[in-house]
Amino acid sequence: MSALETQLLCKNFGALSVANKIDFRLEPGARHALIGPNGAGKTTFINLITGRLTPSSGIIKLAGEDVTALSQSGRVKRGLGRTFQINTLFRGLSVLENVFLTVCEREGIGNSILRRANARKDLLEESYALLESLHIGDDALNIVRELPYGKLRLVELAIALALKPKVLLLDEPAAGLPSSETAIVFDTVQQLPKDIAILIIEHDMDLVFRLANRITVLVQGTVLVEGTPDEIQHDARVREVYLGEGDHG
Amino acid sequence: MIFKWFNAEQGSAVERFAKRDRLNPLELLPWILAIAAYYVFPSYLPLGSQILLTILFAISLDLALGYAGIITLGHAAFFGVGAYSAGLYALHVTGEPLSGLVVAAIAAGILGLLSGLVILRTTGLTLIMLTLAVLLIVQEFANRARPITGGADGLNGIAMLPIFGVFRFDLFGHTAYWYCLSVLFVMWIFGLLLVRSPFGRSLTGVRENITRMHSIGAPVRRRLVTIYTISAAMAGVAGALLAQTSQFVGLATLGFERSGEIVIMLVLGGIGRIYGAIVGVVIFMIAQDSFARANPAFWSFWVGLLLVLIVLFARGGALGIADNLVALLRGRKK
Amino acid sequence: MDAFLSAFVSILFHGLAYAMILYVISVGLSVTMGLMGFVNLAHGVFAMLGGYVMTTLMNRYGIPFGFALLAAFIAVALFSIVLERLLYSRLYRAGELEQVLFSIGIIFMSVALVRYTWGALPQRMVVPEMLRGSLDFGFRSFPTYRTFLIIVSFGVIAALWLGIERTNFGAQVRAAVDNRRMAESLGINTSKLFTLTFALGSGLAAFGGGMGADILAINPQYAQDYLIYFLMVVSVGGLGSIRGPFVAALLLGIGDTACRYLVPEFGAFFLFAAMMGILLWRPMGLFGKA
Repeated sequence: MSALETQLLCKNFGALSVANKIDFRLEPGARHALIGPNGAGKTTFINLITGRLTPSSGIIKLAGEDVTALSQSGRVKRGLGRTFQINTLFRGLSVLENVFLTVCEREGIGNSILRRANARKDLLEESYALLESLHIGDDALNIVRELPYGKLRLVELAIALALKPKVLLLDEPAAGLPSSETAIVFDTVQQLPKDIAILIIEHDMDLVFRLANRITVLVQGTVLVEGTPDEIQHDARVREVYLGEGDHG
Repeated sequence: MIFKWFNAEQGSAVERFAKRDRLNPLELLPWILAIAAYYVFPSYLPLGSQILLTILFAISLDLALGYAGIITLGHAAFFGVGAYSAGLYALHVTGEPLSGLVVAAIAAGILGLLSGLVILRTTGLTLIMLTLAVLLIVQEFANRARPITGGADGLNGIAMLPIFGVFRFDLFGHTAYWYCLSVLFVMWIFGLLLVRSPFGRSLTGVRENITRMHSIGAPVRRRLVTIYTISAAMAGVAGALLAQTSQFVGLATLGFERSGEIVIMLVLGGIGRIYGAIVGVVIFMIAQDSFARANPAFWSFWVGLLLVLIVLFARGGALGIADNLVALLRGRKK
Repeated sequence: MDAFLSAFVSILFHGLAYAMILYVISVGLSVTMGLMGFVNLAHGVFAMLGGYVMTTLMNRYGIPFGFALLAAFIAVALFSIVLERLLYSRLYRAGELEQVLFSIGIIFMSVALVRYTWGALPQRMVVPEMLRGSLDFGFRSFPTYRTFLIIVSFGVIAALWLGIERTNFGAQVRAAVDNRRMAESLGINTSKLFTLTFALGSGLAAFGGGMGADILAINPQYAQDYLIYFLMVVSVGGLGSIRGPFVAALLLGIGDTACRYLVPEFGAFFLFAAMMGILLWRPMGLFGKA
């Protein structure tokens, strides 16, 4: 059974088709890359999976369960986590609190009003440990708004990991990062437990080929081809529409 | 002593963070001042009661606007509904005050729940418009349903029984002051518990980034409706206090001015921190009482100017300015 | 039956005149909100100032109606440029709450300043000699001034729509409402565009405020009292739309007149309820971008 599966997934904005009959499977433990030229519909595809967008037609399954009609939070509860291409953080709160809020939601105590949030030392410690592992422990009490961009990308990743997802969607996690921080991101991703299924959108082909054991190429909302990195590298169509565009832009 | 406090942040990050929302002795200061005010300014007790119940109203608004980021210009709807239901309850059922508060909280809470379910699906200007629309509908109803509400004449002849059957409301407002202070104290504790709980924290998350809140699995709509309902009920209690202590309910309780002014007072003090409500209301109402009497025509000019200046230069309000001063002092000590 | 028909025609006529005024005042608000995303609750201040400038010029200096109205347009448009450059432009990137508070502040200040300058009583609007009385249309006679008002408004609206469709300026406005970043990358100076649009919208509001002084009485509370009506036109019509607010103004003008005429005991109750219904059905307004 696939960790994540879409069947004939379609999304139209008026006459514009941004997702066209996408059949996709993400196997348990996969390191799966989604690549394609700008405007291919990669982020739209992620938004459909997470429920931020409602598909025009088609089915989305998580671990075999049809979640097409579920809310975003319902899908998160079933083990779906994501990062955003554009940082989507609680900008006025501290780094620690960004992660802590997430951990509280994961533990299902977000509705509780009976005790102080900060009394949950265990959850705070866990949040802090996660920050340490991403080398941003020293910034725990700093306000997100005041941090440099590179660290924000790491906070973005920390929030997704704090959910302890079974399926993790990474939308260009290293976009705009200097190489030192790119390394942190990819070391972290590589050290994640093997049973987490990861779908990653990335433009840097070196990283894609280093990390992924499967690759799907999306062009104009349609799956062009799917295969192992080796197959993709030698696929004539891919070279034509994607790699043929010139050196990585 | 006071400097030790400013430098209280020691220990690991987690320990420092965990300490942050413990009750700070400074938080008892407003209560000491409120009790002192009773003895120092005995002739100002009616104004004092007004200030206390307005603080409660402002705290209720802070929960919705300051913490959850729901921009509303219609919060007087809940204040007014609370006032009218408390007034009607006293007129037609019993003049017992505490049950009147409960009735007002329930009535305003129901309106908050129903309207919240409907309007909190929207955001931005549409949401502002809809909060206004709810207020206008309630207002129009109160104005037109003369047989029930007395229309423009309001509800007269409200007679209150003694609190617990012991403490009579007197002409000089002694009982009313203690009554308002006690109710405010209880509500303040409730408010503090609320905003420091995981639920309250999640509201801050909604305010800071609703998209992210969805993506970490929080049921955002339900949280918003919940806090809106709680906030409405609390505003209803504030309205009920006005009805019970002034023994009159008029259309002004539902006025747009009341809605607008309470937002201004809250912003003046600083939003999203509970104490902004206290500071803002006290400054505003004392200033209003003294300046507005001297030159009422120009009062609104100063309020407007102040608002513009706050937006342009001091977004955190009075407490925000105080924060900056404290930070400055600390910086100098290092 | 005749009485019914006569009432019907009356409602339509007066509702139409009311709607025209609401539209001329509010259309600028719609465009600036769509263009700059600025929640400007103080738009009515410009309409009010237009009314004051016009009535003062007419009553105190004996300047003819037409010139006074034109002067109101120009004076308020220029004044709004100063305000936009000095204050509004600082808050384009601020949050909604800041913008709301700022514009409430402007309203409060305007109330005090206007009351100080012109007093608390509503301004007298003296309709010029030739526009008094009523016009006989054969089947029915209508007040001359209201008829005039409808015709002039239609002229202004036609000119506005043509301008937006045909001129270079109009094309730039449309492009910027549609996609600001795209417009900027095409070399459109959006900052200048904002200022001009703001001035035009404020001038139109002044024009509408002046012309409609006998419908919406000019008094210090103007911006606050009629705020909800301007906002309704804009939010029901759809932000950034030019035609949406026209439809919304028609609905509002005729609906409000009908309510007052047919069910005065309910006041504006149904009107607000209807607005709520429409906004819940279409949160972005009838013609807003989804």
